Amino acid sequence: METIWFALVAVMIAMYVVLDGFDIGAGIVHLVVARTDPERRAVIRSIGPVWDGNEVWLLAGGGVLYFAFPALYASSFAGFYLPLMMVLWLLILRGTSVEFRSHVASPIWAMFWDAVFGVSSLLLAVFYGAALGNVIRGVPLDANGKFFEPLWTNFLPGTNAGILDWYTVLVGVTALAALTMHGALWVALKTSGDVSARASRVANQVWFVVALMTVVVTISSFRLQPQLAIGLGSRMWGLIFPIIAVAGLLGVFWFQLRRDELKAFLASCAYIIGMLTSAACSLYPYVLPASTNPAYGLTVHSAHGPAHGLRVGFAWWVVGMTLATGYFVFTYRRFAGKVSAASDGEGY
Amino acid sequence: MEDALFVHRLHFAFTVTFHYIFPQLTMGLALLIFVMKSIALRTGSAQWNQAAKFWGRIFGISFALGVVTGIPMEFQFGTNWSSFSKSAGGVIGQTLAMEGVFSFFLESSFLGLFLFGEKRLGAKGHWLSSLMMFIGSWLSGYLIVITNAWMQHPVGYALEPNGSYSLTSFWSLVLNPWGLAQYAHTMLGAVQTGCFAMAAVGAFYLLAQKHVEFGELFLRVAVVVGVIAAIGQLSPTGDIQGRLIAVHQPATLAGMEGLFKTQEGAPLAILGQPDMEKQRLDNPITFPNALSFLTYRAWKAEVKGLDAFAENEKPDNIPLLYFSYHIMVGLGTIFIAILAAAAFKLYRGTLYASRAMLWILMLTFPFPFIANTAGWITAEVGRQPWIIYGLMRTSNGVSTQVSAGNAWFTLLGFLGLYGLLSILFLFLIYREIEEGPERHASAAMAPSAPHATMAD
Repeated sequence: METIWFALVAVMIAMYVVLDGFDIGAGIVHLVVARTDPERRAVIRSIGPVWDGNEVWLLAGGGVLYFAFPALYASSFAGFYLPLMMVLWLLILRGTSVEFRSHVASPIWAMFWDAVFGVSSLLLAVFYGAALGNVIRGVPLDANGKFFEPLWTNFLPGTNAGILDWYTVLVGVTALAALTMHGALWVALKTSGDVSARASRVANQVWFVVALMTVVVTISSFRLQPQLAIGLGSRMWGLIFPIIAVAGLLGVFWFQLRRDELKAFLASCAYIIGMLTSAACSLYPYVLPASTNPAYGLTVHSAHGPAHGLRVGFAWWVVGMTLATGYFVFTYRRFAGKVSAASDGEGY
Repeated sequence: MEDALFVHRLHFAFTVTFHYIFPQLTMGLALLIFVMKSIALRTGSAQWNQAAKFWGRIFGISFALGVVTGIPMEFQFGTNWSSFSKSAGGVIGQTLAMEGVFSFFLESSFLGLFLFGEKRLGAKGHWLSSLMMFIGSWLSGYLIVITNAWMQHPVGYALEPNGSYSLTSFWSLVLNPWGLAQYAHTMLGAVQTGCFAMAAVGAFYLLAQKHVEFGELFLRVAVVVGVIAAIGQLSPTGDIQGRLIAVHQPATLAGMEGLFKTQEGAPLAILGQPDMEKQRLDNPITFPNALSFLTYRAWKAEVKGLDAFAENEKPDNIPLLYFSYHIMVGLGTIFIAILAAAAFKLYRGTLYASRAMLWILMLTFPFPFIANTAGWITAEVGRQPWIIYGLMRTSNGVSTQVSAGNAWFTLLGFLGLYGLLSILFLFLIYREIEEGPERHASAAMAPSAPHATMAD
């Protein structure tokens, strides 16, 4: 049962990264690809009706993590106290900027929120990447399953590492590149004219950075965390995930050449899902490895919640997620197609 | 550790108090918007539809702030209260995760459709999205209250050998009798917040002679719904809650009422300041025997005072508990009086011309926020020294790995950020009220509306 929950939490987090990833990515490229006020409004409109729903995946994923793996939730949230609080601040600023940017028709007001939107989106991408880097690298857990990391120490991975070291910064930069490409592909898909063309160009340029960083991060991850090779070696079927990631990355290149915006975006989704599931599958059964003593690491088997609760939860999870998928399909279909440059007068 | 515990408590108290400004307004407005949309659908009235959409915009701004300030709440269970979460996550994680899965997806999807999709959905579809918003936000409230209810009155659990709690009965958890009473009481409080906000805008429009038909419409809805909610708040829901507290948390009851000594025929204190050194109320004004009657329906029944409980078995901040409870009850009583008077004038047809009443309604809107907040302080301070009543002490629930200094750092960060959000919120709401309900109709005709944004 706990393995099923591990897979479900991994899927929910991957869904969050893919969905909120494109609106974070849209924020990162916002200042670059959209120059005039109508252009910037078009970018914001492309994520307007959906960004909030995308962020719900974080809350729902976090909630499911809470009851399915209480020990993991407790240990990691307290241990990553500082970066999580900063993520919260960034999410608050970003949400505020998307929602309120167009409430006042003043260029100064709009410029301010555009900058907040861009900077908070960029930092969020780096923080999420660094967080993933911390989980892969391992954290200084003690025998009670507790740890606390300062923001940085000497920037070296090891038992005394902080949140930021060269490795986690590397993962952070990779995440920034990947979400920049992802968001640019979304904007290219959902807008038209100059904005779409510029976004498509950004995606093409960043693709090379993503490809390079993927190779660098993969090599350093395997050198730093031996568990990855062990995990992958014991589950050869798990190679499907890295294959999905590589296929997705190549797919972005191929469909961009053929100017198929929708397929290029979907290929980028596949790349992100492939990367995250590769990491999850290779780390399994660890959910939070220890850099101090491998035996202190939290595993699926040591961190899961009581059995009856997991079974009950499965029943409502299936019902709830079926409903949620229904709303998602409905909403995305209602708002399908490119956003028009002129406002249709709806909104608030 | 004492020091860090205090900061962690303050951290949660501040962020949750600020957060709850928004949900109480949106849960109240969700009901009122649904009522307006239903009338609009039935009568085909464009005015009712416009009124609903005006409040939909205020709902949208408040909802956005509710979302961004709500995410930190879910995180803080882990960041600041990890020992509690590790023990109780298997139980209360259920209801918190259900909130995300069942209500947040529902709310966020249909709010987007409500704000941006009237033309795409048609009249019926738009009405349906207002219904779904209402269900989503009230379901969200239910799952949060039921989570809190488990901490107040734990049911359906077993203690595991490793010291954590496991769920033994899902239905006992989600149908916790404490939670049902608490939910009814909480939601009526939220409805009053929504009603007083709507009445205040209506009264403002009438006094300022702007959007007069809308002002009258707002007042009508707000006063009729509000008076029902205000009475229900006191009785039966407040009364049921009080008696549950008397049975299950007797020390809390003694603290709330400022009853220092156990006695038969206990008086009900209306005024007076608890003096913890002398163990008495200063300058008290009381109703003799009334507390005994309200609690046990017998004038001479014995009620346990604070002297009946050991020091580590009763709330650690009696004055705060006493005052928050008295503020809540005092304001609730005043709300009944105001709304009953307004409802009477509405029935007589004199409300719209009664300047005194309009002034009162316009100025009362901040007080339901205070009353709701005071109610939650009563519940949370009253539960102390327990984080799970009778099972786990608050001091054992905190994240020991997070130092006082780090907690101060983030608390100050939230103070600054929330200060900015407050200014922003007031500014944007003021603009909406200033522009009025008619703005949207004209904006929709213009080729490019300056305000239509995120959501357009």
